[in-house]
Amino acid sequence: MTPHIVSTKIYVLVLAALLALTALTVAASFYDLGGGRLHYANAVTALTIAVSKATLVVLYFMHVRYSSHLTWVFVGAGVFWLLVLIGLTLSDVLTRGWLPSPGPWSS
Amino acid sequence: MPETHSEPHLQHHFVALEQQQEASTLGMWAFLITEIMFFGGLFTLFTAYVSAYSEAFAEGSRHLDLVLGAVNTVVLIGSSFTMAMAVRSAQLGKRKALLGFLALTTLLGCAFLGIKGIEYAHKFKQRLLPGPAFRVDSPASQHVQLFFSFYFAMTGLHALHMVVGVGLMTWLLFHGWRGRFTPTYFWPVELSGLYWHFVDIVWIFLFPVLYLVARHS
Repeated sequence: MTPHIVSTKIYVLVLAALLALTALTVAASFYDLGGGRLHYANAVTALTIAVSKATLVVLYFMHVRYSSHLTWVFVGAGVFWLLVLIGLTLSDVLTRGWLPSPGPWSS
Repeated sequence: MPETHSEPHLQHHFVALEQQQEASTLGMWAFLITEIMFFGGLFTLFTAYVSAYSEAFAEGSRHLDLVLGAVNTVVLIGSSFTMAMAVRSAQLGKRKALLGFLALTTLLGCAFLGIKGIEYAHKFKQRLLPGPAFRVDSPASQHVQLFFSFYFAMTGLHALHMVVGVGLMTWLLFHGWRGRFTPTYFWPVELSGLYWHFVDIVWIFLFPVLYLVARHS
């Protein structure tokens, strides 16, 4: 397997996309996207953009798109365990107020 | 000896250069995964606290300089691009281009650290460094202080990774200048690139989480 050499054109396109997404996420932060009702609308928007940017960096700048399946398994395992870490922790923290007992969490 | 290899960079325990390169990439990714879990723990904690003290964290976030944060994001994305181009130059055996892109990456990395330093100095002056001198006019000042503990811990650890990255770049510049990297031996550049891009990704998440998200929660 000889290393894949990515063309300059693709690198420039990825750079342009990353800069455009940065401008988009800054612009979006000035608006209340949930209209005062949807509490998490701004957070979801900003994180969706961040995940898109990270995916572009991993696939093209870090060459994962052109790497072996074993590399994909390694990267996927990292992301999976990160989601377990965040998901299981938040499934506890964010649901503590759902049931009346055993009282408030914060002092 | 069973056979002698003509390739000077091939270690004796690998069959071929391709296998050796594959092994080093996987090794680097294994290291980066431990780094993902390391920073991931801080992001998890931050999310848990931002859901508990959303008002105080939004107030803390409004003290941050959005313009400097955004400029630093652009600087770091630019440095990732020059790093990717440095790897490409090494793969093609273009020594001059490699040195140029490595120098640009180092320069942008230092610019990022400089801007971060200006931000830190502002925060110190405004008495926003957690500790006995911390002062914020707010009923929730204790929880605003917690936000700044996260801010300094997360951006500080990220800056420390940037310092290591700049060190790596200097090391690459030295060996690149001596002409050590060739189209068959560019792996040190590639692996340092993986590290640099990882540090960029951490900032890609730090910027919205600290500077943007907390504003509206």
